[in-house]
Amino acid sequence: MSHEHHQSFISKYVFSTDHKMIAKQFLITGFIMGFVALVMSVLFRLQLGWPNEKFDIYNMLLGSWASDGVMAPDKYLSLVTMHGTLMVFFLLTAGLSGTFSNLLIPLQIGARDMASGFINMLSYWIYLGASVIMLISLGVEGGAASAGWTIYPPLSALPQAIPGSGLGMTLWLIAMTLFIASSLLGSLNYIVTIINLRTKGMSMTRLPLTIWSFLITAVIGVLSFPVLLSAALLLVFDRSFGTSFYLSDIYIGGQALEHFGGSPVLFQHLFWFLGHPEVYIVLLPSLGITSEIVSTMSRKPIFGYKVMIYSMLAIAGLSFIVWGHHMFVTGMNPFLGAVFTLTTLLIAIPSAIKVFNYLTTLWKGNIVFSPAMLFSIGLISTFITGGVTGLILGDSTLDINVHDTYFVVGHFHIVMGLSAIFGMFAGVYHWFPKLFGRMMNTRLGYIHFFITIISAYGVFFPMHILGLAGVPRRYYTNSAFPMFDVFIDMNTMMSIFAILAFIAQLIFMYNFIYNAVKGPKAVQNPWNSNSLEWSTPVEHIHGNWDGPIPEVHRWPYDYSKVNEQGDYVNGTDFIPQTTPLYEGEKEHS
Amino acid sequence: MLVVYSLVFILLFLVLTFTTGKYFNTTGDYKIFHKMNKNQAQLVFIFGVLFFLFVIWQIARWGKGLLPVAASEHGAEYDKLMKITMIIIFAVFVLTHIVLFYFVLKYYHRRNNKAAYVTHNTKLEIVWTVIPTVVLAILIYQGLYNWNSIMKPLTDKDQPVIVELYAKQFDWTARYAGIDKQLGRANFQLIKGANFLGLDSTDVSSQDDKIVKGEFHIPVGKPVQFVFRSQDVIHSAYMPHFRAQMNCVPGLKTQFNFVPTITTNEMRQNVKNAAFDYYLLCNKICGTAHYNMQMKIVVDTPEEYEKWLADQKTFQ
Repeated sequence: MSHEHHQSFISKYVFSTDHKMIAKQFLITGFIMGFVALVMSVLFRLQLGWPNEKFDIYNMLLGSWASDGVMAPDKYLSLVTMHGTLMVFFLLTAGLSGTFSNLLIPLQIGARDMASGFINMLSYWIYLGASVIMLISLGVEGGAASAGWTIYPPLSALPQAIPGSGLGMTLWLIAMTLFIASSLLGSLNYIVTIINLRTKGMSMTRLPLTIWSFLITAVIGVLSFPVLLSAALLLVFDRSFGTSFYLSDIYIGGQALEHFGGSPVLFQHLFWFLGHPEVYIVLLPSLGITSEIVSTMSRKPIFGYKVMIYSMLAIAGLSFIVWGHHMFVTGMNPFLGAVFTLTTLLIAIPSAIKVFNYLTTLWKGNIVFSPAMLFSIGLISTFITGGVTGLILGDSTLDINVHDTYFVVGHFHIVMGLSAIFGMFAGVYHWFPKLFGRMMNTRLGYIHFFITIISAYGVFFPMHILGLAGVPRRYYTNSAFPMFDVFIDMNTMMSIFAILAFIAQLIFMYNFIYNAVKGPKAVQNPWNSNSLEWSTPVEHIHGNWDGPIPEVHRWPYDYSKVNEQGDYVNGTDFIPQTTPLYEGEKEHS
Repeated sequence: MLVVYSLVFILLFLVLTFTTGKYFNTTGDYKIFHKMNKNQAQLVFIFGVLFFLFVIWQIARWGKGLLPVAASEHGAEYDKLMKITMIIIFAVFVLTHIVLFYFVLKYYHRRNNKAAYVTHNTKLEIVWTVIPTVVLAILIYQGLYNWNSIMKPLTDKDQPVIVELYAKQFDWTARYAGIDKQLGRANFQLIKGANFLGLDSTDVSSQDDKIVKGEFHIPVGKPVQFVFRSQDVIHSAYMPHFRAQMNCVPGLKTQFNFVPTITTNEMRQNVKNAAFDYYLLCNKICGTAHYNMQMKIVVDTPEEYEKWLADQKTFQ
């Protein structure tokens, strides 16, 4: 069925409709955006660690944003805003889902390609356009958007309020509008492909958990991103065409504005209707990836496969009715606050179940510590550490005093940022042979993991203490309040860890880039894995399988399956999905 | 500039990578983990131990920077709930991590080991669904009980002190209701010159309103009804020592009330710091000087408070 038809350089590497090439494009673009965001975090950590000190690097990198070497306060806010935007949307939404959904969906369900290769390609190119516009917005007059990544109006609506709300904000909105279009195109494609193109025998309950997580993520995205789109469009109207959706009773810059009857709180409702599901858009793919890796590398079936699916579905369902927990102190009706507390804390139940299932999968396993496995273990740790503090933030009472403090920053960086990026790293290490046909250096992978997790906890764990002490987030410096002076050395320590984390990512880049081009050739199934993608040849071919698409006879988690005598059913500790049931063998229950 | 330098950096990085890459032992060692499994398991375990030590060390080192005991009536309830929740999450955090690091150390790959083929265990799964559910039910109940009592509006019977906190870029103004115990009407279109609150001078009840900048006083032991307004963007009135926070939203009046229980002087003795002060902070990103938008709060005895209030000027 596969045809070797001639492809030009352009159609193979640039405007490719092959899902594997598009996955690589998403990965590399995502990493570049993530790298820019990482550099930003180091820059503002310098300011926080050594407040008001002069840094030559500021002059060099930031130019007029830091004249005479001291960062301007509004540019600090720009950096924080853009760091958040690039990390949350461009790296952890598009970079993560775009890479692994594209790579793994056709390979793991047994399809020749995505349902629509063209829409897939379009999704990438729109994303690239959004990325470029977002980067351009860093260089415009007034600076990039600086109202925080949540862009609450009126601050984001009025250039009088902060310089970044001028052209920078306009470009931000254009870029995000494109981004949402790209995300919707991608998600629709993923859903259609998973529903329709599974190979013979690949029932929904034989799907790897990765695919389940991508499916659920895509559904969440399709349902919630349009709401952000409408929120953004209404903001565009308010900014440019004089409407008053979000604006009312404002006196600024020496004049009363002609806006009546709007509500800034409306924007927050619309934003968080996406914003909270977005957390799971970022997190679920990583949970799916690590479920797969933890099982493969423990040489053991994932514990509670069906319960894992149910918990993901429960998390996805609940994620749509919890957005108000971001707004407990906005003046929202206290009754609503009570409802959102209830729904929010319920999410802890499926999350806890997932953690217990991970732990039980490790129990009595035969764990192979590849770098991917280390990052998966890192994810389990960060998912716990960041998850438990959610009980404080999700409780409307307790949220009163930690709302918008560093406690929140610590919480979401650990549970969403670290977990998601650890899942992404795990995925890259694990599927590098599928992406590039080569292997990454394991020792560098180990070094990368340990420096990353140590420095990440070094940066984010102390933030909980800062938050409990009442230090607000998005402060250019804490020196305006004597009560925060005891934390000066803590901030310095966090900044040193941030620089260390940055260096660790350089090691990763080194490992990634060199081995993508010159690494040792991979064997077909380096991790002795069961799932379908390892039955494809190492070299990428159009259509994925040389011959017919293989048929599937079992779930992907038959690791270390033994018969009644206690011997491996087939002599080894793994049975690929393509292997028919042996005589007398029962399919897992 | 940032983008340009990033691109230059990436270019240099590429050159460096490809010139040094071959000296780095990269080839064919991807199976190294078979030899290094035990090492990695031990390293992860050591990391786990260090992680716990790091957590303990931080609390010991910076615990003194945490907020002192709550200076408001509901704050005491808040602290209690926080303590219960903290104990629960700390227990979960420690126990699950111990299990995680122990499993890692114990079950690293050995050639002759067989992993157990366990797909699920319904009983176990029910147990660990029910336990979190019960714990959460308790937390939710306690949380909502406190939430409802904190958010309950005051009535005239409580005879609250009424204080309006008015936010604008980048300072706070307090307005006291005056003798008639009513805040006068205000409208943003009336903002002009000295009348930066936009008070309506035709409204009688605004005549006796007292306007205060720099620091504001409240009496200990009396309920204080705060009303919040904003002139320009969203701000957030954050009074961490009282466990109180509410956003100030343009076009929307918000409110919060509490009973202060510890005067500034008492608190200074409590924390053994003669320079201690309560602060009102802005806790919603509001622009360039967001980090320095503050106002001092002084909790007085009722007598001191009356004296101080009498010294303040009225609107007109």
